[in-house]
Amino acid sequence: MADNFYNEVLLDHNLHPMHLHELPCATCSNAGLNPTCGDQLTLHLAIEDGLITDGSFTGVGCAVSQASADIMLDLIIGKTPAEAKHLKELFSKMIGGNITEDELDELEEAGALQNISAMPARVKCAMLGWNTLGKLLDEAAERSGV
Amino acid sequence: MSSNSYKNDLPVFDAYKNLVYLDNSATTQKPRAVIEAVERYYREENANPLRGLYGLSVKATDAYENAREAVRKIIGAESTREIVFTRNATESLNLIAASYGRTEIGANDEILVAISEHHSNLLPWQNLARETGAAIRYLECDESGEYTAEGLKKALGPRTKLFAIAQISNVFGRLNPIAEFTEICHDNGTVIVCDGAQSVPHLPVDVKELGVDFLAFSGHKMLAPMGIGVLYGREELLEKMPPFLYGGEMIEYVTKDGATFAELPHKFEAGTVNVGGAVGLHAAIDYIGKVGFDTITARERELTALAFDEMKRLPHVHIIGADSAEGHHGIITFTLEGVHPHDIAAIFDADNIAIRAGHHCAMPLHQHIGVQSTARMSLAFYNDEHDIERFIETLSGIRRRMGYGG
Repeated sequence: MADNFYNEVLLDHNLHPMHLHELPCATCSNAGLNPTCGDQLTLHLAIEDGLITDGSFTGVGCAVSQASADIMLDLIIGKTPAEAKHLKELFSKMIGGNITEDELDELEEAGALQNISAMPARVKCAMLGWNTLGKLLDEAAERSGV
Repeated sequence: MSSNSYKNDLPVFDAYKNLVYLDNSATTQKPRAVIEAVERYYREENANPLRGLYGLSVKATDAYENAREAVRKIIGAESTREIVFTRNATESLNLIAASYGRTEIGANDEILVAISEHHSNLLPWQNLARETGAAIRYLECDESGEYTAEGLKKALGPRTKLFAIAQISNVFGRLNPIAEFTEICHDNGTVIVCDGAQSVPHLPVDVKELGVDFLAFSGHKMLAPMGIGVLYGREELLEKMPPFLYGGEMIEYVTKDGATFAELPHKFEAGTVNVGGAVGLHAAIDYIGKVGFDTITARERELTALAFDEMKRLPHVHIIGADSAEGHHGIITFTLEGVHPHDIAAIFDADNIAIRAGHHCAMPLHQHIGVQSTARMSLAFYNDEHDIERFIETLSGIRRRMGYGG
């Protein structure tokens, strides 16, 4: 049942998030809103020389949205914006319930959120950080004229 | 209260045997008598009402108008001319804003809205203010959800044309002293709009005793099907209001240049109406009559007290609103330290317990009381002690299941 999507990975990232803090060195930020609960999450990234060198998030949210954002930042820090964008696409596919085994491997720890795909009411929670990432990367790309 | 035969009247509990349903403020479950009445109507009496010159259409018309009479009786209105069928309370409130509001409220006027209102009784007024240039102001409650007569008197000004407030808030569950507020409003020349969505299903509501100018409520929160709601309005107000929607069934005479409109209440019921829904509402009102409001309020009061006292005992649980069970009327909204309301609801769901989480369509209130979102359990008379036990058992284990020690 619903209980089993609160697995250890998710609970741990929710109780002890590594990336829940302000980011003074951020080069860009973007806020995402979950209209069902009014939760707001702001994502901050430092992008230097075509690499995501650091990132964080601020705001309140449910365990699913918080853990998802924390795991996402673990994954994308050190990657290029294009690689981050690719991971976002994979994560969307996973939550949409149509991902291959190989693709799931690429998502590493984010695969712990796979069961959310069976909980339509929580999809928005899981996607909140990732959708914000998508918007932020699009805006950053526009600004740098890429 | 150990025996509970009411659940046997509700087929959903056959289909979903282990369900503890505590989201009655969102919508109630439907008794067999209601489902069967709707089915019987469509099997035996269906035709387009108010139009056809044949027997079956007359039957449909009777079914529809008999339902209106049942509604009139349950809220103590003077005449069925004061009972307009809508889709739900939201549509009723929009009708008032669009019809009464646009003709009676102008740029220099003020609209006063209770801060705890559901978006249904808030956004139509925000929109009306935007359209007419009127000012919108909010009546604030204290943190227990209480509004006072003094507060209302202070908030009303010479230009306050309308005051909108629920009889029972869908977040606090507190019963507002509407009769007293009506008197204060009328002394000020202010019209009072009452949202009865959370009160009409649970306690005897008499519009003459309350004195309100308008009362809105939904059928689906009182055992009836979704898609049928009610607007009560004082006849002299409805009489001078223009139609809300235009079309069939609401006209008297139409030429190429214009039309005259039907008598009340049909003036406000454009298009083919929801007879099946009205029949279901009629059956729901009959069912409520059989159970009796004495039993309904007594059971709900007892269950509210039981849940409230148990919740008070639990560490980390914070109840929003009044500090005693009497101030809750079947609705207990709460937070649990360290656990987001969505996660609370998901864990309840894992144990087959249905509760609501989020802002309950009352975002300004949540801003006012300084919380992002909350969880809510809400009762009906068909709940029982066993439901409360299961609720408390799950609630007391949530923090552990979310990884907190101890």
